[in-house]
Amino acid sequence: MEAPIRATEFLRFTLLSLLFFVCRSSPSQDLLISNAERRIDLTSHIVKVYLTLKVENAGSTPTSEILLAFPPTQVDHLATVEALVTKGKRKKTTLARLDVKPTELPDAPNGTKYFTIYLSNPLNSGESTTLEVLYLFTHSLEPFPAEIGQSESQLVYYRDSALILSPYHIKQQTTFLKTPSTKVESFTSVEPTNRAGTEMKYGPYEDRPPYSFSPILIHFENNSPFPVVEELVREVEISHWGNLQVTEQYTLVHGGARHKGVFSRVDYQSRPNLNGVSSLRYLLARLPPRVHSVYYRDEIGNISSSHLRTDSRKSELEIEPRYPLFGGWKATFVIGYGLPLQDFLFESSDDRRYLNFTFGCPLLDTVVDKLTVKVVLPEGSKDPSAVVPFTVEQHLETKYSYLDVVGRTVVVMEKKNLVPVHNSPFQVYYTFKPIFMLAEPLMLASAFFLFFVACLAYLHIDLSIRK
Amino acid sequence: MAAPESSAAAVPTLYTNNALRNAFGGVLAFFILLLIGVMAFSIRLFSVIKYESVIHEFDPYFNYRVTQFLAKNGIYEFWNWFDDRTWYPLGRVIGGTVYPGLTLTAGTIWWLLNSLNIPLSVETVCVFTAPIFSAFASWATYLLTKEVKGTGAGLTAAALLAMVPSYISRSVAGSYDNEAVAIFALIFTFYLYIKTLNTGSLFYATLNSIAYFYMVCSWGGYTFIINLIPMHVLLCIVTGRFSSRLYIAYAPLVVLGTLLAALVPVVGFNAVMTSEHFASFLVFIILHVVAFVYYIKGILTPKMFKVAVTLVVSVGLAVCCAVIAVLVALVASSPTKGWSGRSLSLLDPTYASKYIPIIASVSEHQPPTWPSYFMDINVLAFLVPAGIIACFSPLSDASSFVVLYIATSVYFSGVMVRLMLVFAPAACITSGIALSQAFDVFTRSIKFQLPGIASNTEVDAAETSSSTAEAQNDVEKSEETSKNRPSKKSKKKEKEEKPLPKAKAEKKRLLALPLDSSVISLLLLILLGALYVVHCVWAAAEAYSAPSIVLTSRSHDGLHVFDDFREAYAWLRHNTDVDDKVASWWDYGYQTTAMANRTVIVDNNTWNNTHIATVGTAMSSPEKAAWEIFHSLDVKYVLVVFGGLVGYPSDDINKFLWMVRIGGGVFPHIKEPDYLRDGQYRIDSQATPTMLNCLMYKLSYYRFVETDGKAFDRVRQTEIGKKYFKLTHFEEVFTTHHWMVRIYKLKPPKNRIRGKTKKPKTKTSTTSSRAKRSGTGKKNPWH
Repeated sequence: MEAPIRATEFLRFTLLSLLFFVCRSSPSQDLLISNAERRIDLTSHIVKVYLTLKVENAGSTPTSEILLAFPPTQVDHLATVEALVTKGKRKKTTLARLDVKPTELPDAPNGTKYFTIYLSNPLNSGESTTLEVLYLFTHSLEPFPAEIGQSESQLVYYRDSALILSPYHIKQQTTFLKTPSTKVESFTSVEPTNRAGTEMKYGPYEDRPPYSFSPILIHFENNSPFPVVEELVREVEISHWGNLQVTEQYTLVHGGARHKGVFSRVDYQSRPNLNGVSSLRYLLARLPPRVHSVYYRDEIGNISSSHLRTDSRKSELEIEPRYPLFGGWKATFVIGYGLPLQDFLFESSDDRRYLNFTFGCPLLDTVVDKLTVKVVLPEGSKDPSAVVPFTVEQHLETKYSYLDVVGRTVVVMEKKNLVPVHNSPFQVYYTFKPIFMLAEPLMLASAFFLFFVACLAYLHIDLSIRK
Repeated sequence: MAAPESSAAAVPTLYTNNALRNAFGGVLAFFILLLIGVMAFSIRLFSVIKYESVIHEFDPYFNYRVTQFLAKNGIYEFWNWFDDRTWYPLGRVIGGTVYPGLTLTAGTIWWLLNSLNIPLSVETVCVFTAPIFSAFASWATYLLTKEVKGTGAGLTAAALLAMVPSYISRSVAGSYDNEAVAIFALIFTFYLYIKTLNTGSLFYATLNSIAYFYMVCSWGGYTFIINLIPMHVLLCIVTGRFSSRLYIAYAPLVVLGTLLAALVPVVGFNAVMTSEHFASFLVFIILHVVAFVYYIKGILTPKMFKVAVTLVVSVGLAVCCAVIAVLVALVASSPTKGWSGRSLSLLDPTYASKYIPIIASVSEHQPPTWPSYFMDINVLAFLVPAGIIACFSPLSDASSFVVLYIATSVYFSGVMVRLMLVFAPAACITSGIALSQAFDVFTRSIKFQLPGIASNTEVDAAETSSSTAEAQNDVEKSEETSKNRPSKKSKKKEKEEKPLPKAKAEKKRLLALPLDSSVISLLLLILLGALYVVHCVWAAAEAYSAPSIVLTSRSHDGLHVFDDFREAYAWLRHNTDVDDKVASWWDYGYQTTAMANRTVIVDNNTWNNTHIATVGTAMSSPEKAAWEIFHSLDVKYVLVVFGGLVGYPSDDINKFLWMVRIGGGVFPHIKEPDYLRDGQYRIDSQATPTMLNCLMYKLSYYRFVETDGKAFDRVRQTEIGKKYFKLTHFEEVFTTHHWMVRIYKLKPPKNRIRGKTKKPKTKTSTTSSRAKRSGTGKKNPWH
C-alpha cells in the first residue's frame, strides 16, 4: 500500500513544482530568504512548526509585507499562524508580535494559500530581518493502520515537504523533525537526510527557487492519545450578585487509530504498559484560581472520577471519562464551575463594564473542532460588544433564565479549529444599571404581597349566595 | 368546631376568648402542617445529599424517559407514541399501555415552571416529584384522619405518615415511580369519600370521582379503591347505617368514576369488563335496591310493605338467580376468571408461583418477612391495634371505614411486599388515632390532678382540649357528629346526653388516671415516638436512599464508588450504532433504553411472556444455540451483569434460575433439573455440564480466572467450575471497571459457500467439521 501512494504523490508534486517554476508570480521578485530553518514537532497530535526566516530585500523598493505560502491540504488544518520579529542588536534582542492575515493572490499556483506578515517597519532595499514564525496544524497525523487492536501501538503518517513552500527564492534551508520516540517505520529520503535518535534532519538545501516542493512521508509511532473535542459550548453567565457561572459541554472523541475488535478489561488492567497505550485515560483541565462548586457530569448523572487541586494561582481539575477512550470512542460530558465575579468583571473608563475571560478550551493539549462561547449578560444590560484577539463569528441571542421577563442578552462567538494557543483573554463590554439587580427580588416580593392580600380579601369577603 | 360556636351567642366575652383560642389553634395547626410538609419533603432528600440528584432503580427510568418524550413532543404525540426501542421486533404502544398520571403530573409541573421562566430540567422535576407528593400525601392524611377523629389525630397521623419508612422507600428523591403520586391520590380519594359521607355534599362527591380518576391515571392499585369503598358501603348497609349520605357518597363515584376511568387508555373497557370492577357494580345495584326499599317503606303502611316484600323477594330472587347464573357462566368461561394475573396472585398467594413465574420472580412480589414489618412501619405495628380499638369507641361511618381499610390492607401487605405501601397509610392513620387518644387521656388526667389547674371547671378543660386542637374526647366527638349529621343513631344519643351535663362531668372525672402513672405513660409514649423518629431517619438515610445504579462501599481507605452500570450504558450510548439491538435479562431493559438509548429485546414491562422466555432460553442454551436465537432477533450486543469480582449479589448468575424457569415454561427443552446438582444450584466444580456450558455462565466468567488465578467468585463464595474456555460465537467488547457489566458482541455469521471451508485453525477440527458438513449435506442439499 505504502509505496504506490508515495510514488503517485511524489509524481504529482514534482509535476506541480515544475508547473510552479514556469509561472513565477510577482511577489518573489524583490525579496529572498537567505536562511530558513524549520523545526517540526511531532510529539503530540498537534503539529507545531517553528520557522525562522532571514528575509532580505533584494529589490529596489522598500516593502513591509512578507508572504507565507501553504499548500491547500495543509491550510485546512492550520489552526494558527503567529509571527515575531527580533528587534534590537546582539544581546538586547526583544521579540515583537506582528500582524498576520490570510491573503488571496490572483495568480496563486495550484490553490496555494497565502498569509501576509505585516512588518512594523518597512524593509528597505538591501536590509534584512529575522522572523520567527510559529504555526500549528491539527488533524495532520493520519493513523496507519487506521484500525488497531488493544495491544498494538499507534502508528501515524505525517506528510509535508522537505523544502519549504515559499513564493521567494531560498538560499539555504534546513528542516528538523522531532518524533515522539525512536521508533520510525519509514521516511522519505531527500538527500541529504539524517536521522539521529528522535530527530530527523532534512537539508541543508541550497538555492531552491520559489515554489519548490518535495513531498515527504514519515511513518512513525505516536502513542500519545489524540483528544479531540468535536464540539464545545461554553456558557459564561454573569450575575451581578457576585458570581460568574461557567458551564462547558464537551463532545470528546479520541482522534487516533480506531479501536478494532475486542476490548479486554483483564488485559487492560493487568498490563497497562502494553495494552491500550494510546488510550485516553484522563484529561487535565486548567481552571482559573478561586474556582468553586465544580461539577463534572453527563446526561445520565454525576461522574465520580475527578479530582480538583487548587492553589492561589491556578486550579487543576483532573477528570476521567466514564470509560477509557480508545481510538474512535466518544464521550460527552459537562463541566461547570462558579467563579468570584470581581476577578473577571471590571469597569472601563467610559462607565461601561467589561468581562475579561479566557477564550478557548481549558483542557490541556486538546484540539477543539468547533467552539461556541456564549456570554450571558445580566437582564437589562445594553450595547454589548466583544473584543476578541482573532476573528470569530458573532451574533446575539436572547436567553430566558430564572424569572426573566425581557430575557438576557447573549453574546455568541463561534470559532472552528482551536488549539491551546487560542486560550487568550477576550473582553465583552456592556452597560448595566445596578437598579436592574433589584427587579427580580421586587417582583417576587410583590407577587407574595399580592398573594397575601388576595388571601386577606378572600377571608374577609363573604362570597356565599345564601345568607 | 361546633361546640364553641353554639356557646358564643350566649356569652360574648367567652366568644372572643374562644375565637382567639380557635384562631390560635388554627394558626398553630396550619404551621404544624406546613412543618410536616417540609419534613416529609426534606427527609426524602438524603439520597440527593448522600449520592446525587439522579433517577433511581429500574421503573423510574422508564417513567423518566416517557416524561422526556412528553416534554419534548407534547401530549398528543404522547398518546400516539409507539415505541420501537423496546420489545424488538414487536415494539410497544406506550400511550395505550402506561398509567399516565405520574408522567402527566411531572410534565405539567415542568411546563408550568418553564412557562414561568424557571429553567429546571425534566430530570430535576422528575427527581423531586416524589418528595413533593409525599408532602401532599401527609396533608391528605391529616384531612382524612381529621374527618375520622378530629384535628389532633389528624396532625399525629400526618406526622407519622410523613416519615413512615415503608412510604419513604418508594418516594425518596429520584424514586420516580407511580406509587409516588398514587399514595397521595389514594389517601385523598378516601378523604373525599369520607368527607362526602360526613357531609352528604354532591360537591365533594364530584371531587371524589375526579380524585378517583387521578388515581386511575396513576396506578394499577386503583382497584383497591374500587373494591374497598363498595365493601364499606356494603358494611354500612348490613349494619343498618344506610343513609342518603351514603348514597351520595357512593352512587356518583361509581357512575362518574367508571366513566372517567374508561377514558384512561390503559384501562379503557376494562373498567366495566374485568372482575376487579365487578364488586362495585354489584354493590351499586344493592345500594339502589336498599334505597328503593327504604323509599317504599316510607310511603307504604307496614302491612302493605310486608306484602310488597314477599312479592318482590319471590320474583326478584328468581330474576337474580338467572342473572347471576349468566354472569357466572360468562366469568367462568375465561381462563383466569376475568381477573388479571396480579390480582389473582393477591387473592390466591400461591397462584403466581404455580402458573406465572414471571410475576413470582420479582422480589417485590414476594410475601414479606416479619422483620420487614418492623423495618417498614416500626412502632406503628404496636399502635395499630390500639388505634383499631379507638375507632370502635364510638364507631361512626368514617371510623368503620378506617377499620375496614386497615383490615384489608394488612391482608394485602401479607401477600406482597410491595403492598406494604398501601398498608402504611392505614397504619399511620390508626396509630395517629391511638397516639392522640392516649395523649388526650393522659394529659387530661394530669390536668385534673395538678393542684394549680384543679380549681378550674371541667367545662373549661374540655374547651381547652378542643380548641387547642390537640385532641378531642369521645363525648365531644359524638356531640360534633350529631351536629354535623342528623343521623338517627346520633340523634338518639343527643337526646340522652342533653339533659345530663352534670353526668358528663362526673364521667370525665372518673375517667382520670392516677397522676404518676399518666405522667410515666406520657413519657413512655414520647419515648416511643422518639424511637420511631430515630428509626425513620435512619431508614431514610441508610436503608432507602441508595439509587441502586451507583453503589458505594466504605472500606478502611475511604469511600469506594462502583459506577459500573452507567459506565456500561454510557459506553453503549456513545460507541455503538444508534439502531443496534442489545439483549439482556429484562431487569436492565428500562435502563438500557433510557440511559444507553439503544433498542432492547425485553424490558421491565413484562407484558409478553414468550418473548422473555426466548431471551431466558438463549441465556440458558449453549453458545451456538444462543447465538442462533439472538441472531434471529437481530441482536448485536449481549449485556450481562456479573458481581463475582466485587461481590455484588443481585447479578445475573443469581437470577439465572428464573431465566431457566421462565424459558422452560415456554420452551420445554430447557429443564430446570439439568441445571441443578441434586436439587442444588451451584457453579463450582460440582455443577452440571449443562450449567457450565450455558451462555450465561460463559459470558459471566469469560477470562475471569485471569484476575486472581483461582477464579474465586465472591458472591457464591466458591471457585468456579470451569475456568478456561474460549468463546466461539461471541466476543468481548466492553467490560466495566469492576467487571459488573460485561458486554459481548455477536460475531458475524460465517459465509456459507459450498465446497469452501473457512481457513483452518487446526487440522483436526477442519476434518471433523468437513465430515459433519458432508454428512448433513447429503440429507439436506441446500444446507
